[in-house]
Amino acid sequence: MTAYRFAVNGAPVEVDVPGMRRLLDVLREDLALNGTKEGCGEGECGACTVLLDGSPVDSCLVPVCQVDGSAVLTVEGLAVAPTRPGQADGLDELQAAFLVTGGAQCGICTPGMLMAGRAYLDGGGGPDHDAIREAIAGNLCRCTGYTKIVEAIALAAVTNDGDAVR
Amino acid sequence: MAEVTTRTAPPAPVLVEPGTILPGRARGAVPLRREGPSKLTGAARYTDDLVVPGAWYGATIRSTDARARFSALDLDPAFDWSSVVVVTAADIPGENIVSSIKADQPILVPLGGEIQHHAEPLALLAAPDRATLRAARKAVRVRTEPLPPVFDPLESDHVFAAYEIAAGDPSAAFAAADLVLEGEYRVGHQEQLYIENQAMIAVPEDDGGVTVTGSLQCPYYVHSALKLGLGLDDREARVVQAETGGGFGGKEEYPSVVALHASLLAGKAKRPVRMIYDRHEDIAATTKRHPAIVRHRTGVTHDGRLIAQEIEVVMDGGAYCTLTPVVLSRGALHAGGPYRCPNVRIRARATRTNTPPNGAFRGFGAPQVEFAAETHLNRIAEALGLSPLEIRRRNIYQLGDTTPTGQVLRESVAAGEVLERAAEASEFERLRVQRVAAGQDRSGTGTGAASGSALLTGRERFASGVGLALAWHGAGFTGTGEVKLASVAALELTGEGAIRILTASTEMGQGSKTILPQLVAEVLGVPAEWVEAAAQDTAVVPDSGPTVASRTSMVVGGLLIKAAQRLRAEVESATGGSFAATYRDFAHSHGPRRIDQRFEPYPDTAFDDETYRGDAYPAFSWAACVARVDVDLDTGEVLVRDVVAADDVGRVIHPVLAEGQVEGGTLQAVGYATIEEIKLRDGRYLNDRLATYVIPTALDAPRITTILVEAPFSGAPHGAKGLGELPMDVGAPAVVAAIADATGAWITDLPASPERILAALADAPAVAPPRAGASEPAPPPEPGR
Repeated sequence: MTAYRFAVNGAPVEVDVPGMRRLLDVLREDLALNGTKEGCGEGECGACTVLLDGSPVDSCLVPVCQVDGSAVLTVEGLAVAPTRPGQADGLDELQAAFLVTGGAQCGICTPGMLMAGRAYLDGGGGPDHDAIREAIAGNLCRCTGYTKIVEAIALAAVTNDGDAVR
Repeated sequence: MAEVTTRTAPPAPVLVEPGTILPGRARGAVPLRREGPSKLTGAARYTDDLVVPGAWYGATIRSTDARARFSALDLDPAFDWSSVVVVTAADIPGENIVSSIKADQPILVPLGGEIQHHAEPLALLAAPDRATLRAARKAVRVRTEPLPPVFDPLESDHVFAAYEIAAGDPSAAFAAADLVLEGEYRVGHQEQLYIENQAMIAVPEDDGGVTVTGSLQCPYYVHSALKLGLGLDDREARVVQAETGGGFGGKEEYPSVVALHASLLAGKAKRPVRMIYDRHEDIAATTKRHPAIVRHRTGVTHDGRLIAQEIEVVMDGGAYCTLTPVVLSRGALHAGGPYRCPNVRIRARATRTNTPPNGAFRGFGAPQVEFAAETHLNRIAEALGLSPLEIRRRNIYQLGDTTPTGQVLRESVAAGEVLERAAEASEFERLRVQRVAAGQDRSGTGTGAASGSALLTGRERFASGVGLALAWHGAGFTGTGEVKLASVAALELTGEGAIRILTASTEMGQGSKTILPQLVAEVLGVPAEWVEAAAQDTAVVPDSGPTVASRTSMVVGGLLIKAAQRLRAEVESATGGSFAATYRDFAHSHGPRRIDQRFEPYPDTAFDDETYRGDAYPAFSWAACVARVDVDLDTGEVLVRDVVAADDVGRVIHPVLAEGQVEGGTLQAVGYATIEEIKLRDGRYLNDRLATYVIPTALDAPRITTILVEAPFSGAPHGAKGLGELPMDVGAPAVVAAIADATGAWITDLPASPERILAALADAPAVAPPRAGASEPAPPPEPGR
């Protein structure tokens, strides 16, 4: 086994595991960050989406050896202390928008959706619904019909405007 | 007469601080989803997120035969079995039966017993880590002697259930009809595809009992299963719901199997066992929506009035009964659609095949038969040259009409309201007339499906169409079901002055955790966040019935409202002040108070389970759907562009959550209509992975406009009827009608896959000449005359 060093939600971590161990398992089992969910284990559903150096990846398809030296952001890293009026306590604009619009139902796809949405917003994405749908096309949801998820990301794109998040 | 109001819920969400009450879109203000923040921060704990020290991992050894004698289970002597637990049917302490309607499904097939379907559980393994478990699985060999299977539900002579509903004199009416039209419709399996797979953790207790925590809809169904299979009493079996990542019926009865398996392993290993399915196992082994074959023969007058319906429904139950009799019952009762017809004969049966058992899925028998009924009616309209909207206006149920079971619809009939609202908002007639005018030279365009014709490019390659469908959905359990359930919901005022709801009604995304406290708070005159809800734990909460059948808001919500009314009256009469101002003092001076509210039959409703006469449901919910599609004439692909859904739910409790139900159900129906299909070979699901069983993505999903209509039901104190299943009934026939409007081809066999559409186009001369070399022409049956 080899030690792999990378950052998770801004904090440095070191894990001593087989290099082909899935990032998903490293997060959930070795680092006890089980906000990231497994839906299919083969890169189809997007429930396990995390950001790897800012880009969304299916953590079930990423061996930990590929993460060495990188920065990983998970759903646990989204929540921030309130910095402005109107921002829900412990929720960033995107999470708050999901809460208000009804973008989370059963919640199992939600962490992955949030990460896909965060990558879209951080990439300068706006409230255009077609662009948002493109951005979350790799994330399956069986509850919402996607309507309120798209509305949530669009809402966050407006409230997020001009705010340099990370 | 009940007042009918309509509301188009505006989306325009606003960002609010936590705890802020949203500006009301229904009566009063609505709270935010109660468990929303924990789901949004990753703090919510689903079953597989629970850390249980010392827990082993469990696995199921399954059959690879559709039907066979289970002759031996060989354990490789070369493998080190010392740290592995093996469970067979011989280890089952109670009855080897998964408790359900019939006692036909074993927990594990016993040695020498008969395997009835592919992926049937034969034995169980548990090991301290996944690697050992994987190795152990490879060291197990199953020996069987194959037996001849039955796969065709029409050929099977094993009938799980059969019903007949008759009214009037169909034979005489057919003789008098101006036109008689026949059609056959087929629908296949559909997978619930909750994104969280089946999951259970069993922890053995010192007293010989077991506590099971898992992903489930019905704690007391699992509780009953544990008692029967493990020989436990009410207290020894304990079931706790973890956060549940979607159910849609798929976690109604199947979790009993997973819980029994985990518990058997835990009992033998004398330690906790995690039984977490992966996606492949979940699709391969768990229940699906029942496939069905529905035949219609309908007599109409020249002006489009239905005077006779003869309907035959055959459902494929799979290898074991599960909930098939009630699925079929609902199918039979909804088979005619929401239309007045004086002469009706409905015959329904469900038979056994050697395929994995089918079970509950949102809609529960209704989506199958309503696809057939609506598609048939749309074809009748076409044959008569009537608009789909107009033929419905002439036949829909009105107040005072009688259904085929003799039920008089005395109130809460909103078929016309939802129909007109959906048609108006979607501009259905304008689009249809536009399409009809544009479609007159459709035959001249040709398509790539035609032999020798060039592939089309650009705009002419796509044909657009608009389709309409209508549905009804009986609210709550069928017939005497609610009376037999005799559900109890409780409301508690603790000695510390906390208000607490006690129900077994589970949150699986639909919002029960939010709306039940909301309903109680409304009665008590306190903010919703003052009302707590106890965990869904059989050691704590009474049996308020299963979280199924769109019954939670209507039935359990109704019980809680009555309990809250009693609690409020009691407190206020004792203190002389308002409940909100005095209940804490009351609690401190009078001590804890708990009110158990038991279901009482709705007034003036009666149903005879033997004759199938009477009030099949206390009330019906109504839905209309207009879909617009683009069909790619070269590839047969369908894009559902937008959907207008008008749904009457009696009373909208929480508009955001209610819209969420309509939007989600609509997309499941669009998937059912267009892409979701299980292929079988020798009784095995071929596409048993998420890579091959596809569901709609955000790019496949239509823009959905939801119109919520309220025609209240007087039997529920708040007027609510069922919502969850309603949108699932109506989407597929609307999409198929839109495809027909676009192409001239009626798809009678769901899903309307590209293959079926190309085959139908090849066979529809109005669109294209027959395609040379088409392997499966499968012409849609022409309406008979």
